[in-house]
Amino acid sequence: MSASVLSGARPLWAGVRRVDALGTVLVAAGAAALLLLPFVVFKANRIVPGEGRALSEVLPAWGALGCEAALALAAVAALWISAARLRLACALLAVVAVSLAAAAAGDALTPPGNVVVRIAPGAAFWVLMVCLGLLATDATTRLRPGPALRVLFLAATLAVAGLALRYGLFDHLSVMREYAVNATRFAREVQQHLKLAFGSLGAAVLVGLPLGVLCHRVPGLRPGVLGTLNVIQTIPAIALFGILMAPLGALAAAVPLADRLGIRGIGAAPAVVALFLYSLLPIVANTVAGLKRVSRAAVEAAHGMGMTDWQVLTGVELLLALPVILTGIRVVLVQNIGMVTVAALIGGGGLGAFVFQGIGQTAIDLVLLGAIPIVTLAFTSALTLDALVEVMDRVKAENP
Amino acid sequence: MITVENLSKLYDTTTVVDGVSLAIERNSITAIVGTSGSGKSTLLRMINRLVEPSSGRVLIDGQDTRAEPAYLLRRRIGYVIQGNGLFPHRTVAENIATVPRLLRWDARRIASRVRELLEVFQLDPARYAEALPHQLSGGQQQRVGVARALAAEPGVLLMDEPFGALDPIIRDKAQEDLLAIQARFGTTVVVVTHDMEEAFRLADRVAVMSAGKVLQYDTPAVLLRQPADPFVSRLTGLADRAMRLLSLVTAGEAALPGAAEGPTVAASVSLREVLSQLLWCGAQSARVVDERGVVCGRLTVEAILARGRP
Repeated sequence: MSASVLSGARPLWAGVRRVDALGTVLVAAGAAALLLLPFVVFKANRIVPGEGRALSEVLPAWGALGCEAALALAAVAALWISAARLRLACALLAVVAVSLAAAAAGDALTPPGNVVVRIAPGAAFWVLMVCLGLLATDATTRLRPGPALRVLFLAATLAVAGLALRYGLFDHLSVMREYAVNATRFAREVQQHLKLAFGSLGAAVLVGLPLGVLCHRVPGLRPGVLGTLNVIQTIPAIALFGILMAPLGALAAAVPLADRLGIRGIGAAPAVVALFLYSLLPIVANTVAGLKRVSRAAVEAAHGMGMTDWQVLTGVELLLALPVILTGIRVVLVQNIGMVTVAALIGGGGLGAFVFQGIGQTAIDLVLLGAIPIVTLAFTSALTLDALVEVMDRVKAENP
Repeated sequence: MITVENLSKLYDTTTVVDGVSLAIERNSITAIVGTSGSGKSTLLRMINRLVEPSSGRVLIDGQDTRAEPAYLLRRRIGYVIQGNGLFPHRTVAENIATVPRLLRWDARRIASRVRELLEVFQLDPARYAEALPHQLSGGQQQRVGVARALAAEPGVLLMDEPFGALDPIIRDKAQEDLLAIQARFGTTVVVVTHDMEEAFRLADRVAVMSAGKVLQYDTPAVLLRQPADPFVSRLTGLADRAMRLLSLVTAGEAALPGAAEGPTVAASVSLREVLSQLLWCGAQSARVVDERGVVCGRLTVEAILARGRP
């Protein structure tokens, strides 16, 4: 065999030699979790401590093998494949496989007709999901999808998850058991959660936008207004609820109408007021920053061509500041969805009610019933608004 | 015809514009020249009431500019500023259509006007109508700025340092375009500049401002020959005022009958360029031809030099 043949032949392992750094960490973590941690936890009822079960213990042999094969494929992709599409596909396939495995474990471990046992996804399940999620996110980032595609992908993911839940795929898992018991209340608390988060956001936009425009027009106001809002921002949520309780309670006692409208020392009113106050700073500050970024020449030209003050404000200034203002709204929305959770402590309702009830009963499944939708809501809002900001920012190229 | 009557602007106790009166002829180009802080921009901005005068008044074709709301007045007056002030979020066509839209022209009329202007300003509509301003070069953006100001066929065009941000070659082209466009549309143009060279090239009459007052308002030739004030002569440039005088006259205007030896020059170039060319090739006279190539006379070095005397 001559040397030229050797050097001309492309060795099979040429594309495989470089090992992906992130992939190595993810595969190591995932493999360790799968070997050392329980895949599901079996509990005789919702309160007793559970006992862990490994993947191979709970599934029929072909099922465990199938899931492990999908995980192995994802590991190969994570370590050696650099094509982002392939990495994403392998990660998503593994997510589906792990989810199905958890669902199947729930079905297998639940004795027929028994509604007391709780089969909860174990530590290995969560670690695998986090690793696969990071792998998928990394691959998506490398693909640089446009805003429309990102929202579409998000919608598709939510639709698939929604359908799986709707058709009872996970009904034997503990969180869904808690859901089955609390179904009507769950719908009410989700509504209340969204009402509190979006209501306080809406009020903050109605007040914050004009306040921001005012601060932009009258620079003398700026330090005072932004300083005050900054101080409010530093008060912890629980403390602010406490501070608001006294005046709102007094108001309810003095004005019966306020009481009848639900404005009381505890409940939704102090929650909405507190969230509204927290929301003002990002909206006012971003409105001021956005307006400052608008080219002065464009504003001068707009006036010079005979636009009225209102036309200049709405058609030029606010429109050009919109991406920055929307970024503020995104911050507020994500922050609100998280903070509404605490409102449950003062009787404000929302998904936080499940979280605190679950903590009180040491029923972790009930905590998850509140926490998972909160995270999903926050994530969905963040992604959607990010996409919106990108679409609006047509002038990005000019103002890098 | 724009009549500025005894116009003043005070900010607190500072007088920025101090009792200025000017009569600006219809279909002419007037330049307002001065150092920074001389009040020239403020004077210009009082014509379209971006700045409200403290006292005095402005008449356009005999009508007081305060007779209608400022925003309605401004829709009848074109306005161009340094750095063009294009709307970055709107396409070139949308930018140009701004004032016609404010005036509620119908869509077809707007579209045909936008197309006409793009062609006048040598911007291919197919390529540039839907482009965003940042996709254009500096010179193109400046042209769109002027096209936008002219969109609603204003009788008056105000320009505040319109070519200040352009490099010399593009500025030269922009000045040439402005002269051609003014000739085509017959617009009354008032242009503020600190560049005397630019003022002499563009303007029929020049107003020299200092400390809020107009020191002299006259044709470039008079400004050079009879400066009313030491400041005016300093601004017009004592050292090369003879050359500047020569640059105000074209070869065609100065040509004398007779046969000539030496190089051939176009009738449209200035005497300054002819003299330079004669120096370069060591000739004593040049043959002047018009755009059809017909000889229309000759120019000798002596004849040119005579034109450069006060």
